[in-house]
Amino acid sequence: MDQLMLDGNGVAGLLQEVFAVEMTTAVGTCAACSAVEPLGAVHVFRSAGVVLRCPHCDHVLAKIVKRGGQACVDLGGFRALATTARV
Amino acid sequence: MSFVSRGFHGRRRSDADPSRVPPGQYVTQDFPVLSAGPTPHPSLATWTLSLVGELDEERAWTWEQFRALPSEEITVDIHCVTKWSKLDTVWRGVSVDTLLEGLDTAAEHVIQYSDGGYTTNVPLEDVTGGKAWVVYEYDGEPLDPEHGGPARMLVPHLYFWKSAKWLRGLRLQTTDEPGFWETNGYNNYGDPWKEQRYWGD
Amino acid sequence: MEGAALLGRLIWQLAQVVNVSPETPRVKTVVFDVPAWPGHRSGQHVDVRLTAEDGYQVERSYSIASAPNATHVELTVERLDDGEVSPYLTDELRPGDRIELRGPVGGYFVWEPGLRGPVLLVGGGSGIVPLMAMIRERAAADDDVDMRLVFSSRGWDDVIYRDELEHLAGNGLTVVHTLTRSQPAGWAGYARRVDAEMLAEVGPAAGDRPLIYVCGPTPFVESVATALVGLGHEAYRIKTERFGPTGG
Repeated sequence: MDQLMLDGNGVAGLLQEVFAVEMTTAVGTCAACSAVEPLGAVHVFRSAGVVLRCPHCDHVLAKIVKRGGQACVDLGGFRALATTARV
Repeated sequence: MSFVSRGFHGRRRSDADPSRVPPGQYVTQDFPVLSAGPTPHPSLATWTLSLVGELDEERAWTWEQFRALPSEEITVDIHCVTKWSKLDTVWRGVSVDTLLEGLDTAAEHVIQYSDGGYTTNVPLEDVTGGKAWVVYEYDGEPLDPEHGGPARMLVPHLYFWKSAKWLRGLRLQTTDEPGFWETNGYNNYGDPWKEQRYWGD
Repeated sequence: MEGAALLGRLIWQLAQVVNVSPETPRVKTVVFDVPAWPGHRSGQHVDVRLTAEDGYQVERSYSIASAPNATHVELTVERLDDGEVSPYLTDELRPGDRIELRGPVGGYFVWEPGLRGPVLLVGGGSGIVPLMAMIRERAAADDDVDMRLVFSSRGWDDVIYRDELEHLAGNGLTVVHTLTRSQPAGWAGYARRVDAEMLAEVGPAAGDRPLIYVCGPTPFVESVATALVGLGHEAYRIKTERFGPTGG
């Protein structure tokens, strides 16, 4: 357990800024262990960028780096990512 | 620029010598902890530091062997790409030159790799000639796990993401291999004095 | 600006301070007028951005304390001595000042009246803030769903919203305090960190499948969530909001 770790809620604003829709209720499938969780429940670490990790196996689900008004996003750790209908 | 909030200063120091502060950086008295993943807690009994790859002979040290190597105290300024700089930080560690002593290599690139999977790449010439260390003490005390203990890399002339925490090895290569952040928008080299934060800077 | 909010893309807005008032010696509520506020759901938060004259900028997130029907957006902030932002919000801001704010954000850690209960809220220190928005909305909507709050504070003078909670308790809302560092003379309540035994005594049984919201510093949330799972509550019904080591 890491004191610094947040959950997906903690970066709700960043996620909505990047994806233009509310993302903490989006549901992701981990490419490493296949666990399925809403993004609000994944583990979040903040270093040079934001890292989303699977709460079950710590696999890196996503990395987000903001550069001014642009974002560089790696979603490769998700096998799938499903947004909910509600905006 | 964004709206300026009346009376807001933050907790930065404003008395630092400006010639020591790279462009876009702010000096802090704190030592912010930033992490890409959970803090690992390896057992020192099984910990090893390895030198692998493009070498005539690979090397590895146990914790005892590593601590028996000649070490030095280093005082340097460090600069994080998230804009904080910390001046006069004091470390103790083993120079990378010591680790590579007597080794022959055709490598031009070094990949630092850590517990937890983090990697970062640096040119070999940027970690030799007295420019880099593997450190195990900060401010006279054993390096805290949250700051990268038991041992981390220290490459102070580059942004601090180029100094891998929880270091387990250096892989020497003839080819470059962008690491964890270099593959996701950060600069491949990372010179704070040229403000090389992002890819293309 | 309203059009942009409807599309879901967040924008930074200027919020004007209407009032700053103390809740406890270290905690204040700041009331904001936010002109293009689209409304919010209980449990959501805002991102606050402060910029100094030389361009230095920091962002922090704060949970919204006010219920959705309130006329202003209220944030309740704990002053952290070594915080970058909280001392500015609690000590410096005056009515008329403006700061940049964007939101509301978050769709995961939300509650609204009409959801099937029972509901268990577990808050540590300033983790009470988003839970209070839920409690206030429940009262405003006259919802009588079984809602139980387990609230951990350092001492009786540190209990945020103490009087209001006492006033709102009843009609299906149960408020249980635990004071971890000091207790007033004659205190007969809990005097320790929230643990499985306390949650079992106060909270709904796992078999009732309550909706659970846990909020506070990361170590608090971890420990409570682990205890709840140990009591048999299903992990997916436990929603957590971690504030980091201290909160901001």
